[in-house]
Amino acid sequence: MKALIFLETNNGKIKKSSFELVKWCADNNITTQSVILGDFNDDIKTQCETYGVENLTVFKGDTSYSPLNWAKSLSEEISSSSANLVLGSSSVLATDLFSRASIISTGNYVNDCTELNLEGDKLTPRKPLYAGKCSCAVEFMNENTKFVLMRPNQLPSGEEKSVSTNISEKELSNSEASVKATGVSESTSDKADLTEANIIVSGGRGLKEAANFKLVEDLANVLGATTGASRAITDDGWVPHSMQVGQTGKTVAPSLYIACGISGAIQHLAGMSGSKVIVAINNDPDAPIFKKSTYGIVGDLFEVMPKLTEKFKSVL
Amino acid sequence: MNIFVCVKQVPDTETKIQIKDDKSGIKTDSIKWVVNPYDEFAIEEALKLKTSLGAEKVYAVTLGPQKRVQDSLRIALAMGADEGVVIDSEEAMDTRTTAKALAEAINKTGNPGLVLTGKTAIDDNSAAMVQQLAGTLSFPHCTNVTKIEAADSTFKVEREIEGGAKESFEITGPCVLGATKGLNNPRYPSLPGIMKAKKKPVTVHTLADLGVSPSDSGMRFTDYKLPAEKPATKMLEGDVDAQVDQLVDLLKNEAKVL
Repeated sequence: MKALIFLETNNGKIKKSSFELVKWCADNNITTQSVILGDFNDDIKTQCETYGVENLTVFKGDTSYSPLNWAKSLSEEISSSSANLVLGSSSVLATDLFSRASIISTGNYVNDCTELNLEGDKLTPRKPLYAGKCSCAVEFMNENTKFVLMRPNQLPSGEEKSVSTNISEKELSNSEASVKATGVSESTSDKADLTEANIIVSGGRGLKEAANFKLVEDLANVLGATTGASRAITDDGWVPHSMQVGQTGKTVAPSLYIACGISGAIQHLAGMSGSKVIVAINNDPDAPIFKKSTYGIVGDLFEVMPKLTEKFKSVL
Repeated sequence: MNIFVCVKQVPDTETKIQIKDDKSGIKTDSIKWVVNPYDEFAIEEALKLKTSLGAEKVYAVTLGPQKRVQDSLRIALAMGADEGVVIDSEEAMDTRTTAKALAEAINKTGNPGLVLTGKTAIDDNSAAMVQQLAGTLSFPHCTNVTKIEAADSTFKVEREIEGGAKESFEITGPCVLGATKGLNNPRYPSLPGIMKAKKKPVTVHTLADLGVSPSDSGMRFTDYKLPAEKPATKMLEGDVDAQVDQLVDLLKNEAKVL
């Protein structure tokens, strides 16, 4: 088996979830080639040398995402590296890129996996279905290239391993002109994306009004957490829809999820029940969120949250 | 030219999922099926764009056991789609084979100028159909789309990426676009719409008609499992200070997530 690892860059850095894949391959003695598309700089090179990336191909060119050209270049690298496994971390970009490239390279594509089991040469990922209400094993039935995207934070974290990275440079494809990037708006937050965050603090209707979302932000800032929200308050425009956790929003799986004033409609639970530890703070002892929680506090948000923020400040 | 909307029927979110005894799938006898929520945005957008694109017809295309997909198809028709196309199949297939069947059905119906569907389906969350269908049709694509402006065969689209940022593209059609929340507010089928839907034409294809075989699939889902039971919730007692102290202590020393 030979793996091609897609190292995804964001804001001039490789995402940390990419190194989970580097480590997984190293632990399983799998020969690897890594690939970066578009963005490359000295910081990225240093990251590669620090986290054990031995062989790297960089496709230089337009740094803005172009679905067709990127898929073409990725497929080109799959052929030239003779990889039969292509690994990436599930994200908006990687999902788009891998599924399109799986048609060009005639491969089998599976995303959002939470386990990656290897027995001899047989790879069996596992993925959640029906918003985590059950899961299934994914069985490959032919020898076509496997495109596998892992959900972030599921495999052990990447490890520092100093290497000298062997880099080859190629030109990013620009032959596909039917999709033209015309601009990117500033992202609304400098925090880790919800789908990758290690800690998330979310707020809901229990906050009573938009201005009180500051309680969620204060708590999140102390923890270095990303903020999320229930559908109720994104629909009311308190915070942007991009912060919605749950069905028709984001599916998240952080180590710690703190739900503040969220009752726990099934659509919300669908998006966050994969979290390792769930804390619920709510004034209604019968709120469904408590059934899914690890720890629960029945109490007044406006009293509990500021105290919790202060307490974290003093111990962290 | 025509607009095609691909619609999937999925178990309602409230459905309790039960696994078959041989673990080969879920029990489907007591499931309430609904239109995939993201596909509703796609249907609405197709109806809105029909006039501005001067499209001849909006076709709703669906794949699955004919009896089961009927309801979702009727909703699309009641909302305003002109005709239905059903690919009647009981077989489980991978996304690539499904994309091939949909592409064949679209080409057979003819003259696609725009294909719309949801960015993902909430059952298997593969988020692959937009890209794989576009790849199979050799069309460009864009997914996670929150805004579409169409004139002739040029599509100015905006899509949501990570951190709430928006990316914009200009796409030369025909193309496949994947809808997400924020694109529009889907209409409810009206009573006259529901009555009219009953008389709208529906074409039924088998997989064999389309030259597709379920055995083309390169992967399948097996060994279905329910998640491990979570241990009972620890409710923290005492006054606010005591609750906060306990919580921080438990997160640090028991759960070890800080």
